[in-house]
Amino acid sequence: MFGFLRKSKDSPESASWLARLREGLRRTRASVGGLFGGAKVDEALFEDLEAALLQADAGVEATQALVTALRARARRERIEDPAALQKALEAELEALLAPLERDVDPRAAKPFVIMIAGVNGAGKTTSIGKIAKFLRTEGFSVLLAAGDTFRAAAREQLVAWGERNGVPVIAQEGGDAAAVIFDAIQAARARGIDVVLADTAGRLPTQLHLMEELKKVKRVIAKAQDGAPHEVWVVLDANTGQNALAQVKAFDDALGLTGLILTKLDGTAKGGVVAAIARNRPVPLVFIGVGEGIDDLRPFVAADFARALVE
Amino acid sequence: MLENLTQRLAKVVKTVRGEARLTESNVADALREVRVALLEADVALPVVREFIARVKEKALGEEVVGSLTPGQAFVGVVHRELVHLMGDANEDLDLAVAPPAVVLMAGLQGSGKTTTTGKLARLLKEERRRKPLVVSCDVYRPAAIAQLRTLAAQAGVDFFPSHEGQKPAEIALAAVDWARKHYNDVVLVDTAGRLAIDEAMMAEIRELHAAVHPVETLFVVDSMQGQDAVNVARAFNEALPLTGVVLTKLDGDARGGAALSVRQVTGKPIKFAGVGEKLGGLEPFHPERMASRILGMGDIVSLVEEAKKGIDEAEARKLAEKFKKGKGFDLEDFKAQIQQMKKMGGLGALLDKLPAHVQQAAAQSPQAMDDRALRRIEGIINSMTPGERARPELIKASRKRRIAAGAGVPVQEVNRLLNQFGEMQKMMKQVQRGGVAKMMRAMKGVLPRMR
Repeated sequence: MFGFLRKSKDSPESASWLARLREGLRRTRASVGGLFGGAKVDEALFEDLEAALLQADAGVEATQALVTALRARARRERIEDPAALQKALEAELEALLAPLERDVDPRAAKPFVIMIAGVNGAGKTTSIGKIAKFLRTEGFSVLLAAGDTFRAAAREQLVAWGERNGVPVIAQEGGDAAAVIFDAIQAARARGIDVVLADTAGRLPTQLHLMEELKKVKRVIAKAQDGAPHEVWVVLDANTGQNALAQVKAFDDALGLTGLILTKLDGTAKGGVVAAIARNRPVPLVFIGVGEGIDDLRPFVAADFARALVE
Repeated sequence: MLENLTQRLAKVVKTVRGEARLTESNVADALREVRVALLEADVALPVVREFIARVKEKALGEEVVGSLTPGQAFVGVVHRELVHLMGDANEDLDLAVAPPAVVLMAGLQGSGKTTTTGKLARLLKEERRRKPLVVSCDVYRPAAIAQLRTLAAQAGVDFFPSHEGQKPAEIALAAVDWARKHYNDVVLVDTAGRLAIDEAMMAEIRELHAAVHPVETLFVVDSMQGQDAVNVARAFNEALPLTGVVLTKLDGDARGGAALSVRQVTGKPIKFAGVGEKLGGLEPFHPERMASRILGMGDIVSLVEEAKKGIDEAEARKLAEKFKKGKGFDLEDFKAQIQQMKKMGGLGALLDKLPAHVQQAAAQSPQAMDDRALRRIEGIINSMTPGERARPELIKASRKRRIAAGAGVPVQEVNRLLNQFGEMQKMMKQVQRGGVAKMMRAMKGVLPRMR
């Protein structure tokens, strides 16, 4: 993701990000990585690993697949040292997660329109703020569209954020989400803005009429500009359990997702659900957020994530 | 909601129910299914293990094995244990202190605290005849205070203004003071979302708690939360003397595993469950009914209560009169019925509480009625003149065309509505002819076995 922006591995900034990612997944790592301190690889170790993965929200199916693969590998390669098994697990995870990496280039169109959806309380509006910040530090001009016209004070939240950070926000009193976003794209074109981030109201995928409304927003965006929206992302709360998978499926079926943002990986959350998503509906993970700080949202790198989870 | 868990468990229930004999092996099979179902529903692993162990012990005990219908008895055990896991009986808010009674809301970011505060205020005002005051101590999230102000206005309750520069404890104390002077008997204190591992924020809420002495401290938890729900709940429970839990977003297709874990870990009762974003969407939590819903037995009791709440009594009496007379039931009444149904949260909310097999049947029925169809019917009726509504037989081809154009639907839709209405009138006449028993017999097929 934002491959052309990805920092080289040993820059100091990247090191501090890795440290924060490790901190965010600390609890999971303690329960998964801690298993490999023993002297030998035996059945008990595999059972503990299964329990640890389940508790990390990896889900029954992904857990069983990972453990089965690891068992086969241990037998094939005659792994008897727990530390070697740990390496093997890391490799399995990385292989599983690698398809979730993806490069996005906001220079592909102007304005480049990114539509953001998600369930209530996942952190859509906050994430939009952070993405805007990220893009601005990379030299893009950004405009926010306050498409959450439903929740009380959602508009004010985005406007307040925009004021604080000097990012223009297009909002309307009441009105229709699609209309607000349509206006925003027109405004972006007029002002020569690079990227439009379109917020939408949170909705549970079971609310079919609200999902229809979301499809309409997408259609209207396509009318405002050919080829738009260039990206459709869903924000997932890392605290969500197996329902995250159901959310990905439902939003993907409705909108055709191009990416996911995983938020709140901040020390209590688990992150294992990424494995469940990779197995069942591999929609690329574009950003992961590890904290409340404005710089705590970064592109996803499978190898880093696997290492932070297991090592 | 809870569909996944419900469907999986319903499958287990179906297979086991038929077994003539419960052996170690088929109990083990069923338990494995139950285990996977619970894990998929995000019930925490330690809770699952304990639950399975308890069910197993009872299932292989005398009570089940000795039963004439061991399958039924097994389902009974699972049901009883589920109820037990969720806390046996409903516990209500305890606001019996010298007013104002302070209720403190706590939880993670995005769990639904502010929305729940608004819903709870409405519930206290409308259903408990209280005079609540709401106040926001969330000085961090942009516009959190404005959100609560909007919700308070919608619920028609008093709002105590605060602003971002203030300290949470000061805001809350000022609000309590204001409430005392203005005879508000309950103060609902909304707080910022916080992580249990964030020491500074936890210290802040402890300070807040110490300052206002809440009679209820409610932990708001997202029912879609994963395995970590137990750790979060435990941490909050250790930091704050919680008195109860509110589950939110139970209307997603989630699985509500949190409902099972949180109670087990904190030992604190789940007092309310939140559904939907409308202010009316907060219900007292009944473990017994929830267990029935999870096992696909439906929740008729809640449905009836819901109906009582939603239906305007005068309206209902007028309708009952018309039922009795067997005539005069016209399209205007039909429309009134649809509106009442909408008040009860729409068809979706009603279907949710029906047994799993009825739900499936409803979903498969060719003219699957959804809320949109209801709205369309309302639109068609709205396009008729009062005369036409009272005497639908007036409506012939040209009137049909006019109505269809007015409602923006094809003429066929108008025809379909008139046919449906004709059917309904026929049914009314049957009722009038003392055919209630007959009708009940016809309906028996779809209603669940009463126990």
